[in-house]
Amino acid sequence: MKFAPALFGIAALLAWEAVVRIAAVPEYLVPGPIAIVAAFLADPAGLLWSLGSTLLVTFAALLVAAVLGVALAVAIASSRLLAAAIQPWAIVLQVTPIVAIAPLVIVWVGDPFASLVVCATIVAFFPVFANTATGLASAPPELVDLFRLYGAGRFATLRLLRLPAAVPYFLTGLRISGGLALVGAVVAEFVAGSGGFGSGLAYRIMEAGYRLQVPRMFAALVLLSLAGIAINAGLSLLAEAVLRQRGGA
Amino acid sequence: MLHIRSVGRRFNTVEALRDASLTLQAGDFLALLGPSGCGKSTLLRLIAGLDQPDSGSLDWQDGHQPQRGEIGFVFQDATLLPWASAADNVYLPLRLAGRTRDEAAPQVHDALRRVGLDGFEAAHPRQLSGGMRMRVSIARALVTRPRLLLMDEPFAALDEFTRHRLQEDLLSLWRDLGCTIVFVTHSIYEAAFLARRIVLMTPRPGRIDHEIASPLRPGPEARQDPAYAALVGQVTREMARALAA
Repeated sequence: MKFAPALFGIAALLAWEAVVRIAAVPEYLVPGPIAIVAAFLADPAGLLWSLGSTLLVTFAALLVAAVLGVALAVAIASSRLLAAAIQPWAIVLQVTPIVAIAPLVIVWVGDPFASLVVCATIVAFFPVFANTATGLASAPPELVDLFRLYGAGRFATLRLLRLPAAVPYFLTGLRISGGLALVGAVVAEFVAGSGGFGSGLAYRIMEAGYRLQVPRMFAALVLLSLAGIAINAGLSLLAEAVLRQRGGA
Repeated sequence: MLHIRSVGRRFNTVEALRDASLTLQAGDFLALLGPSGCGKSTLLRLIAGLDQPDSGSLDWQDGHQPQRGEIGFVFQDATLLPWASAADNVYLPLRLAGRTRDEAAPQVHDALRRVGLDGFEAAHPRQLSGGMRMRVSIARALVTRPRLLLMDEPFAALDEFTRHRLQEDLLSLWRDLGCTIVFVTHSIYEAAFLARRIVLMTPRPGRIDHEIASPLRPGPEARQDPAYAALVGQVTREMARALAA
C-alpha cells in the first residue's frame, strides 16, 4: 500500500515515454520524461535559481499572511464591531481573482519583489485567517465560564485559552495557505513577467514558451509541483510535531 | 451563607426558573434533583454569578459577595485544557489569580493528592481515563480552597463503578474540607447517597417543589444501609407525585 503511489507514478512515466517514442510525438508538442530531465540537466543552476526566487516570494507571502491572518482573527475575536467591519472585506479579498488585481498591485507597489509578495499574500491570507478565527471561537463555553468565574480578563482568556485552542486550526490554515502562496507567487510572476521584470519560475516558463523550448517548460513545471508538494509535506510535519509535542501523547 | 429569594430566569420564551427560594447554610451538602429542563443548572449558574436573575435576589450573608476563588465549579465534562498537564490544569485558577507556578506548587500538589492523583502531575488529559480527568477537574476546583463548591452533574458521564468511587471520595473530601457543596444531578440514587438535603425540582417552568432531609450517616457504608433504600423509595415517590402535579 505504502509504495502504491510511487509504483503508479513510475508506471505512468514509463507509459508516457513509450507512447511519445512509439507515436513519434514531436518534442515541441509533448516531450517525454527523459527529454524533460535532459532539459533540466542542461541548465540546472538557472532553473533552481528561479525556483529559489519563487520560493522566496512564497515564504515571504506565507509569513505576512500568517502574521496578518492571526492579527485580524484576534481582532475580530475580541470585538463584535471589528468582526462586522472586517469579515465582509476579507471575503471580498478572497473572491477577487488575483489575476485581475495583480496589474494594479504591481503599478501601485512599484518594487517588483514587494508587489509579488503582496499578490501572493492576498491569495494566501484567507485560509489562515478564517481557520484561526474559527479556532479562537472554538474554546468550549464551559471553559470560557470557568475563566470568568476566576475573574480572568479578556487578555488572559485570549492568551491562556483562545490562542492555544486555535493552534490546530491555525496549523491547518497555514498548510492550505502554503500551497496557495506558491500559486499566488506564480500567478503574480506571470503578470509581472509580461511587464518586463521577474526572475521566478513563471518567467522561465513563459520565456521557454516563447522559444518553443517545451521540455524546459515542463522541467520548470515539474519543479513547481515538487515545490508545492514539499511545502505541503513540510507544513504537515510541522503541524504534527507541534501537536504531538503539546498533546503529551 | 446564602439566601436565594424567589429568583426567576427566562431565556426568550422559555421560563427556565420561576420563584425559586432556597437557603444555603455553611457546611451543607445539598443536591438539586430533577429531570432535564427543571432549571437546576440555571440555578447553579446564578449562584456562581455566571448569570443574573430576571427577578428575585441572591443575598449573601453579611453582604459578603464571594470573591474569586471562593467558589469552585465542576462541570459535567472535565473541561480540562487538553494542551496542559494535570498539574498545569490544576494551577490554572491560581495562575489567573496572579500566583507564580513556584508559589502555587505546594497547593497544586496537595489538591492532586487529595483526589488521589499523586504522581500524575505531568500526565496530559488525553492520557487519563474519564474518571481521572474528572478527578483533575475536582482538584482544579479545590485548589483555591473554596467555601462553596458547585457541581453540575459531574459524574453523569462516568461508568457506574467509577461513579461510586468518586461519590465516596467526594463525601470524604467534603468531611475533610468542611466546604459547602451544591450538587446538581438527575439521579435519585446519587442524590440520596451524597446529600444531606435533597431539593426536588420540576420542569416547565423550572421550580423548586420541596426539600427532603437525609437521615443517613454519610459514608460508603450507607449504600448497604436499609435507610438508604428507604430514602431512595421516598424520593422516588415524592418526585413522581411532584411531576404528576
